[in-house]
Amino acid sequence: MTALAQRSPGRRFLSALATPGGAVFVLLVVLLVAASIANPRFAEPDQLVRFLARTAPIAIAAIGQFFVIVSGEFDLSMGAVIAAQVVIAGNVIGQDEAMILPGIALMLLVGVVVGLLNGLLTTLAKVPSFIVTLGTMLALYGFVRFLTGGAATGNPVDSFREIGRGSLGDVLPYPVIILVVLAVGAWLLMRAPFGHTLLAVGDNPVAARLSGTRTGAVKVAAFVLSSLSATVAGILLVGYAGVHPSIGTGYEFQAITAVVLGGAVLGGGRGWVLSAAAGAIALELLFTVLNQVGIDSTWRPSVQGIIIILAVALGAVAWRTARRPASVTRAEAAAGADPDPIPTPTPTPGEQ
Amino acid sequence: MTAITQARPARRARLSTTAIVYIVLVGVIALSAVLVSAAGESFFTSSTLTSVLTLMSILGFVAIGQTLVIISGSLDLSVPYVVSTASIVGAGIMAQGAAGVVPGVLAALLVSAAIGAANGLIVTKLRVHGFIATLGVGLIISGWLGTSFQGSFGSAPPEFRLIGATLIAGVPLSTIIMLACAGLAALLLHRTRLGHHIYAVGGNAHVARLSGVRTQVPVVVSHILCSMLAGLAGLLLLARTSVGSPTIGSQGGYDLMSIAAVVLGGTLLAGGSGGVLGTIGGVAIFAVLDHVMGVLEVNPFFKDFVRGAVIIVAVALYAWRSLQRRPPRFHGKGTRT
Repeated sequence: MTALAQRSPGRRFLSALATPGGAVFVLLVVLLVAASIANPRFAEPDQLVRFLARTAPIAIAAIGQFFVIVSGEFDLSMGAVIAAQVVIAGNVIGQDEAMILPGIALMLLVGVVVGLLNGLLTTLAKVPSFIVTLGTMLALYGFVRFLTGGAATGNPVDSFREIGRGSLGDVLPYPVIILVVLAVGAWLLMRAPFGHTLLAVGDNPVAARLSGTRTGAVKVAAFVLSSLSATVAGILLVGYAGVHPSIGTGYEFQAITAVVLGGAVLGGGRGWVLSAAAGAIALELLFTVLNQVGIDSTWRPSVQGIIIILAVALGAVAWRTARRPASVTRAEAAAGADPDPIPTPTPTPGEQ
Repeated sequence: MTAITQARPARRARLSTTAIVYIVLVGVIALSAVLVSAAGESFFTSSTLTSVLTLMSILGFVAIGQTLVIISGSLDLSVPYVVSTASIVGAGIMAQGAAGVVPGVLAALLVSAAIGAANGLIVTKLRVHGFIATLGVGLIISGWLGTSFQGSFGSAPPEFRLIGATLIAGVPLSTIIMLACAGLAALLLHRTRLGHHIYAVGGNAHVARLSGVRTQVPVVVSHILCSMLAGLAGLLLLARTSVGSPTIGSQGGYDLMSIAAVVLGGTLLAGGSGGVLGTIGGVAIFAVLDHVMGVLEVNPFFKDFVRGAVIIVAVALYAWRSLQRRPPRFHGKGTRT
């Protein structure tokens, strides 16, 4: 990393594009061009902004998932948190305008509590986060379906739903504004001491602890951020899609796919938060392109599956190349996306 | 006060994880008996036994395979789609009648094994994390299932359906097959070279490699066996429902439930430690809970809530316990889970 800092900005930019975290932006541009060729109207600013508004919830969820993944954990409860928040919005806010602010406060509180629960069980009780968040997922889904009976119930007042579907002066949709604000916030947070600590904890928890980091507190904060971002995604989705207990299903895996596509390494310690958001947008863009080309939307999961495997396989090769000792020229590292398998022993495949 | 808290870990350390699973199982059964009799029904009847054993069979197959994969240090999230695929393939071939039973079973198992091989090769050759590799393969299959099949497909002849309906002394045939598979898997793990290699690779792949173990073979084989066991579960579901269904696996949530059962059974999610016997105990705990909530007519949606709570509490207990137990043997290195 120090070697990178000494080179000219132009070369730094180019070599950054060759890392998995940078390659996703190249992919984004390629897909954007492809989408505009397939459908010239797509490139018009208003269409693009509308597309961005549609992808805002998943991009925000990906940002939240990024914090957890980069600290070396998983958050599978994300989809269930979204579903719970959507149902809370439907039941608590209802048609009462005065309940909007208390309702949002309650939703944020629920988000914090779920995040704390996930984080504390993972760090204090030492349960693998995969199992903890699976447990909270089951519990929350059970709770949501118990409350609603599995059907759509309640419909929050329109002024609340405006957050998800309205726009500022008919030009800039609120979801886009929220996404940009959160993305900038997340970017600043990752540049702050907290972000560096988070990366350190994910990369080598033992070293981080020995250097005096309170690893537990940092991980708990990551889980809380993840649940809060799921809460925001839920608020946006209520506006966009209304209240139904099945909203949010699959969001955890989609967010993980996006984060991985954005070059973050499962197991923690590596990744850039804006690449995670870009990964989410690229994924949605890819689905849009496939739609335009006339491929059935039922193939969506298959495409997602191929993408996620390829992204991780190529990303692993690229990171390994980038991590080689300084004697290897950086030019080679810059060409890292080209798969040249090095027989370095990797850790156990299933290591958490 | 301090004397008591210090004495407790030492006493607990003597109990094996498997013993704890079965103690918990006995506790759950006792609690269930109280709850059921409080509701005016009797718990210790042969129909309860049959019901619990039936509930155990399908998750049992999947969880046995999942145990092998998790011990080898990987994970399998593709099992629900393998279950569906096996039921579709089996039903498609068996639609021609009794003559199709054997080819149908063989084809379903062959397809399952191929999916398992794909999982294993992606994990070992492309060095993709098992979580992502099997999630990806599962998604690919689910896209194919969702595109090619709407609603049920094919049918099973009555001869094949007998497997799902036969009871031998109150024990369903399907459960007997499942327990036989569990026995074979335990033999594989504890009595063969491959089994020891599975533990070695899952515990520490690097050390295993330096000790001359081919680290890729155990992972690939455990993935193949896991998928074939999931295929058996799919065939069993076919025997019960008599039609193939593209969604039957994902409806059951077998991916996450089987992982939960394995971890509940005391196998370490990070690999290298655990066993099939504990997993069967974990599956039995879920089956007893399901049965009791069925008898008490608990809101089905509340079941998930209870399951989630049970998983978290049980695993928290183990994790707390294994922290006390682990350091003596591998001090420092190899304990970063």
